[in-house]
Amino acid sequence: MTKSDITSSLYERLGYSKRECGVIADSFFEIIKETLSKGENVKISGFGNFVLRDKKERKGRNPKTGEEMIISKRRVLNFKLSQVLRKAMNEK
Amino acid sequence: MNKAELIAELAKRRGLSLKIAKIAVDTIIDRLKKAIINGERIEIRGFGSFSPRHYGPYIGRNPKTGEKVQVKPKRLTYFKVGKELKEMIMGAKKD
Repeated sequence: MTKSDITSSLYERLGYSKRECGVIADSFFEIIKETLSKGENVKISGFGNFVLRDKKERKGRNPKTGEEMIISKRRVLNFKLSQVLRKAMNEK
Repeated sequence: MNKAELIAELAKRRGLSLKIAKIAVDTIIDRLKKAIINGERIEIRGFGSFSPRHYGPYIGRNPKTGEKVQVKPKRLTYFKVGKELKEMIMGAKKD
């Protein structure tokens, strides 16, 4: 599914125009993106948590050439599915 | 940020009442949840994608006691960060 399916759900539930529902869906994801880019985690109860992790600089290898190189320090994003949802998807 | 703060921010940005913003957020989350439970893949441009993954059974260990435990096969969701979001996160780190 894509964002258009979310827009349709909002349209059915709220009865606003399709355009406005699309804008609401965009804002939802935009808020999460902006919060994460500020370095703040986002926790949505019943769904899951978006957790940022800072990785230190480390040595690695280019898997193609075998050449050793430095992998710079970086920030990565992990998503941890909620316990409830994890259970639900394993019950079916 | 938690769900209540997300609702408040959405209300502010879109000029919605808190009540409507809560319905909107719940509707979006319910739709995402439904897709995940049904094993559907979700793709949101610029944000990322959620895809179902199957994990086979394996023998694990209780990290506390070192005891061997049989881990049953399971389904999980893998989240892949979208290009735009990845750049936003990395950009923030460099500053």
